[in-house]
Amino acid sequence: MPLFLDDDQSMLQDSAREFMKAEGSVSHFREFRDKNCKDGFSHGLWKQFAEMGFTGILVSEDDGGLGLGHVEAGVVLEQIGRNLTPSPFLTTAVAGVAALSHADAELKGQYLPGILSGDTVLGLAIDEKSKHRPDQIAMTAERSGNGFKLTGRKQFVIHGASADMLIVAARTSGSTGDADGLTLFAVPKDAANMDVNPVRLVDSAVAAHVKFDGVEVNADSVIGEVDQGGEVLGALLTAGRIGSASEMVGVGGGAMDITVDYLKERKQFGSPIGSFQALQHRAAHLYSEMEIAGAAVLKAGQLLDAGADNAALYVHVAKAKASKAANLAVREGVQMHGGVGMTDEYDIGLYMKRDRALSEFLGDANYHTNKVAELHGY
Amino acid sequence: MSDLEQFKTEIRSWLEENCPPEMRKPVRGDEDMCWGGRNFEFQSEAQKLWLERCAAKGYTVPDWPKEYGGAGMSPAETKIFRREMAKLGCRSPLSSFGIWMLGPALLKFGTEEQKVHYLNQIARGEIRWCQGYSEPGSGSDLVSLQTFGEEVSDPVGGDHWVVNGQKVWTSYADKADWIFCLVRTDKEDKYRGISFLLFDMETPGVSTKPIKLISGSSPFCETFFDDVKVPKDQIVGELNRGWDVAKYLLGHEREMISGGGLGDGSPSLGAKMTGAIGLNGLGMLDDQILRSELAQFDVDALAFRAMAEKFMDEMKAGKSHPAQPNMMKYAGTELNKQRHELVMSAGGSDALEWESEASRGGKKPREWLRTKANSIEGGTSEIMLNVISKRILELPDG
Repeated sequence: MPLFLDDDQSMLQDSAREFMKAEGSVSHFREFRDKNCKDGFSHGLWKQFAEMGFTGILVSEDDGGLGLGHVEAGVVLEQIGRNLTPSPFLTTAVAGVAALSHADAELKGQYLPGILSGDTVLGLAIDEKSKHRPDQIAMTAERSGNGFKLTGRKQFVIHGASADMLIVAARTSGSTGDADGLTLFAVPKDAANMDVNPVRLVDSAVAAHVKFDGVEVNADSVIGEVDQGGEVLGALLTAGRIGSASEMVGVGGGAMDITVDYLKERKQFGSPIGSFQALQHRAAHLYSEMEIAGAAVLKAGQLLDAGADNAALYVHVAKAKASKAANLAVREGVQMHGGVGMTDEYDIGLYMKRDRALSEFLGDANYHTNKVAELHGY
Repeated sequence: MSDLEQFKTEIRSWLEENCPPEMRKPVRGDEDMCWGGRNFEFQSEAQKLWLERCAAKGYTVPDWPKEYGGAGMSPAETKIFRREMAKLGCRSPLSSFGIWMLGPALLKFGTEEQKVHYLNQIARGEIRWCQGYSEPGSGSDLVSLQTFGEEVSDPVGGDHWVVNGQKVWTSYADKADWIFCLVRTDKEDKYRGISFLLFDMETPGVSTKPIKLISGSSPFCETFFDDVKVPKDQIVGELNRGWDVAKYLLGHEREMISGGGLGDGSPSLGAKMTGAIGLNGLGMLDDQILRSELAQFDVDALAFRAMAEKFMDEMKAGKSHPAQPNMMKYAGTELNKQRHELVMSAGGSDALEWESEASRGGKKPREWLRTKANSIEGGTSEIMLNVISKRILELPDG
């Protein structure tokens, strides 16, 4: 398979590009930010995502979706990144669906139709501390009657307060750090003894701190098998990581493009500042880094969709490289914009904020770089 | 089984039957590679056999048309062929500037006669080529070159040019049979006054002098032309339009040099350094800072490998930006320099040994020094960045 988008994927890219530009542009993002929307995204736009078929990309055909892959999800996410489109697509239709694909028919029937129709939003309750450490999950789920009782705290649960259901990773046996003994639960939003505290983040998204104080769930809410949640969690993390890497390729690419445009417009010393070699070389270096990051992300997506052995390695490479490259793009972007880069009026600063949040989501560049070393035995 | 799977099976079994075991070991350096040419001395019978077997099948240039000595493989087939070669660890049967640089230019700009004549010779490894581009006063500003070819009409001996001047940094000029050379044929027009000529290095008036480098080796020469007679049919492309050929060829040269960014194909530099550094009780490299640098390098190298694959696939499908080889060259050479900095750092004082047996004649420090030329030869990194900013980002001229 050649390492570029095929015809169908290119068509999807065209329609995602046009759709985000028309319906989910930066001005749409500003509108929701400025009205201090409690969800941080538009439910109307989420319905439109469903009408476009985007929410069914990773849902299997048997379950009523399109049965496509991570490359296709990435194509949409890149356009989301370019436009800073606020939506629950990454958490719900990508990472959430990847976890639900391991669920039994009943649980799927409960949530997938709502995702396909753009009515349902999911939250991912994975992290317990400020840094992503999924191998250190300490939250417990004790057997209780016909179900489980969940106790512990989660944070950085994006859309946690507006989600219809939270996917919660908790320990049902063994001790912190063990590979086995994790279980994933689908916890409905109205569960008793669950305290959801939403917080606005730097990129204007809303994430929640969630406190579980003996939250009772029945056995039907287990996603996959009890104590065997590692595999389900792995699928969720992989989808979320390659997805966020794709979105960062969009964020970095968008930041680079508006910066290059600015270099052509802005005049100082009687010339466009883009004619100065000091800036040209930095812009060209940035282009090179963004191209390489894009290739790494596409490669990882293709390997994942083909079920290749080295897909896991390339997902770490993709998230690490995309984080580094997009970070360079937004830093260079603000610097090359000069003073106006510091203003809220110009968009470049919004890209910087979005990049920071995406970088942190499901493991930053350091986390994934370390994984690359571990996978190579050093 | 699909056609491509069938093809893969056939290639695999052909390679297994025909690639001698000695040719499945990694090459140790330039001197270990098969360069072909009139005066080439094969290092082993296996090396000779491997070249002959591949040449007979067109496998030295698998994607060239069959009538020019290739195997006529499609892009997808070529990709499979190279992957199968890599999987079995087969050496390239022939390393050649003819294949990497001149061939593509001839395929695009050559006459049918030139293609049949020169490409077949290149594919069989019969002629070793060198490149006459840079001059003492024309490095990054290559188009200012002064080597001059004066037109002489000669009803008896045939019309020809008489070439005078000097080239520098001519790789392996002392070992090459022929040269592809940029020669000024019009002093009035800077860009449209250069012609692309081919001639035999044994022509009277051609002489070479090796240049000793900081690595201790002498892969480059100064090359002098003193009234060198070049027949009129040995021009590629039109008179005075050699710059178009030169630029096209530079794209291929840059692509070739960028290949250094891929290293020896092993998946991890960090993993290779565990022997030199050792692991601590946690199974981590016993130098936390170096471990982190190596891990970041591995991320960059694996990402670059994906880029190289994407670039090749896009180029073969005609989807690549024409200036993209400049980006590949920039990124690949900077990466390769960094690789060797890390190898030196991990090697410690062992890596300083220049002549000992243990260091195999100072392999590490010599390679490290050699890589410093990567971001200079074939266009400096700074020139690459200039080209990217002008041709890809379309930033304005100063």
